[in-house]
Amino acid sequence: MRYIKDSLLQVFGYKIPRPSKDQQSPEVRAIYEGKMGKLSKADLEALHIEHKGTTFFKKWQKRRWATLIIVNLLFVASFYFDVQLVEGSLTGARVVGFHFADLNAALQVALAYKHIVLNLVIGMVTVFIMWMLLGGRTFCSWVCPYHLLSEVAEYLHLWLAKKKIIKNRTFSRKVRSVFYVIFALLALVTGYTVFETISPTGILSRALIYGPGIALVWVGLLLLFEVFYSRRAWCRYVCPIGVTYGMVGVFSPVRVKYNAEACHHEGDCRKVCLVPHVLDLTIRNGAAEVNQDVASDCTRCGMCVDICPTDSLTFEVKGLSKMLK
Amino acid sequence: MSEKKPETKRKKRPLTPKRREQSRREFLRASVLTVGVVGASLLGFVPVIQGNALRLRPPGALKTPDDEQEFFASCIKCGQCVQVCPVEAIKLADLPDGFGIGLPYIDARAQACDFSCDGLQCVLACPTGALTHDLDYPADTRMGFARLSRPKACLAMQGKGFKGQARGPDYEGLLRYEEVDRWNPIPVADYPYDLEICDLCVRQCPIEIRITQCEENASDSDQQQLARVAQQMGNECPPKHAITLEPVDLGDGVKRMKPVVQEGCVGCGVCEMICPVESAAIVIDLDKNADTVMEG
Repeated sequence: MRYIKDSLLQVFGYKIPRPSKDQQSPEVRAIYEGKMGKLSKADLEALHIEHKGTTFFKKWQKRRWATLIIVNLLFVASFYFDVQLVEGSLTGARVVGFHFADLNAALQVALAYKHIVLNLVIGMVTVFIMWMLLGGRTFCSWVCPYHLLSEVAEYLHLWLAKKKIIKNRTFSRKVRSVFYVIFALLALVTGYTVFETISPTGILSRALIYGPGIALVWVGLLLLFEVFYSRRAWCRYVCPIGVTYGMVGVFSPVRVKYNAEACHHEGDCRKVCLVPHVLDLTIRNGAAEVNQDVASDCTRCGMCVDICPTDSLTFEVKGLSKMLK
Repeated sequence: MSEKKPETKRKKRPLTPKRREQSRREFLRASVLTVGVVGASLLGFVPVIQGNALRLRPPGALKTPDDEQEFFASCIKCGQCVQVCPVEAIKLADLPDGFGIGLPYIDARAQACDFSCDGLQCVLACPTGALTHDLDYPADTRMGFARLSRPKACLAMQGKGFKGQARGPDYEGLLRYEEVDRWNPIPVADYPYDLEICDLCVRQCPIEIRITQCEENASDSDQQQLARVAQQMGNECPPKHAITLEPVDLGDGVKRMKPVVQEGCVGCGVCEMICPVESAAIVIDLDKNADTVMEG
């Protein structure tokens, strides 16, 4: 219950209050107290440098980029070679004949059109079940083509920020919920799927499959905004698709698990994270239990798993992990 | 309980001036971002209001001749209709169409819908019913209505014939010619004509082709076979003619013919596509369809 509540709060931009001492389990308290003052700032710095990673690609990032590219290329190849494997685009598709509909796009259509045909319901249920099993916002980091471009833009942004050429500006995270409500209302009131006009996910998916167009200029502008003004701004502060799948992921068994025992709290995980607020529990005294799951706003991208020097963050499949061990 | 109180108090401790300044800025930036992004998305309204997003849509599009709102609302912009079209007539609109981005349309002059698929594949592919499944046969389609827009340019009206490739050797458009290949459309450039009087718009009209097929002599077993196949594929016999060639007499002794659009026209655009005159003498009007024409 608490996981669901915390997840939804985070998805809608609220900060989860840090657990007070008496909300923490005795075990985790013992761990925190045992670690008090153990690491100096210099030690943390040394740890940080040691685990910065020697290669550009990490295990999960490699797997994720490969998956993202393969999924999107499947759409392209399916049309190009006319093999009818994955027809359509990311907003709506037929996978070997089965209907798949992007939940957010389908929601916009339902609100604007005010009817839903059976095929769309089938597509929505299929996709809901799929992402519920696979992690919800897994869609964002493992499938969405904008995420990949945005990641590249992020590296540029970080490089420029390190050189002190630019400064990262943050926004209130609640604004994403505001966008969610505004775009839902706009669809309902105007009868047009307003968000689809500017959705880089839809634009990129169609551009890949059906050929590029002027709409890519908009995507380019978004990327420039992210490089020069605000890190990962679209995914963090705007995109309603992330909110939709963030809610789906609340029920997902695929999560990142945090174990407080070996954690040095040096914060490398939060530096690489798209949604660092979900890792607030890795701050010293941030967790209420020894083992705690990262909330569903997490995109399961695995960057934190890759960077964690002590394996305190790992992927888990609830229920399955025990069986596998 | 006594232990809990100071804890809650600690959480509610007022923010430091620096934090407060930061959160003030974050709020301001978020407000500007909201106005900016929502404003940008609403720019999509402009082409719709100006009518610049009005286009020839695939069969079954949920629209009336002057209002496409329902079609805009119901389409999920996935392009599955694009993928199934055998003549690749369907394209997806781009950003200048505003809210119409990702919506399927047909540029009839480049490639019209000739119902090569018989069974309205795009309608069957549509996951949202934006191309309505209420449509059963090509003849039920209401895409637009043909009009002889430049009668003086029309070869038949001048009493002229036509010889050669209808749209020149470089034209990439496809049409299905039953006598060449029942199943696969071929390039128009591969099918040269030699006509005493140009009747391409009538000759290639998919509705007229289908009517002729249905009317073919019962003794002609080949034609019967074709008619039966088409019927099985969902292409019933159209109830009304779409276009006919009628003699006109201007009193100068020249034998002239005029293409006359009839009530059975569905607005598929093949006449506009095949018309050998540059630019086409016959075009599809979007603000009309067979139903509105019949009403008045």
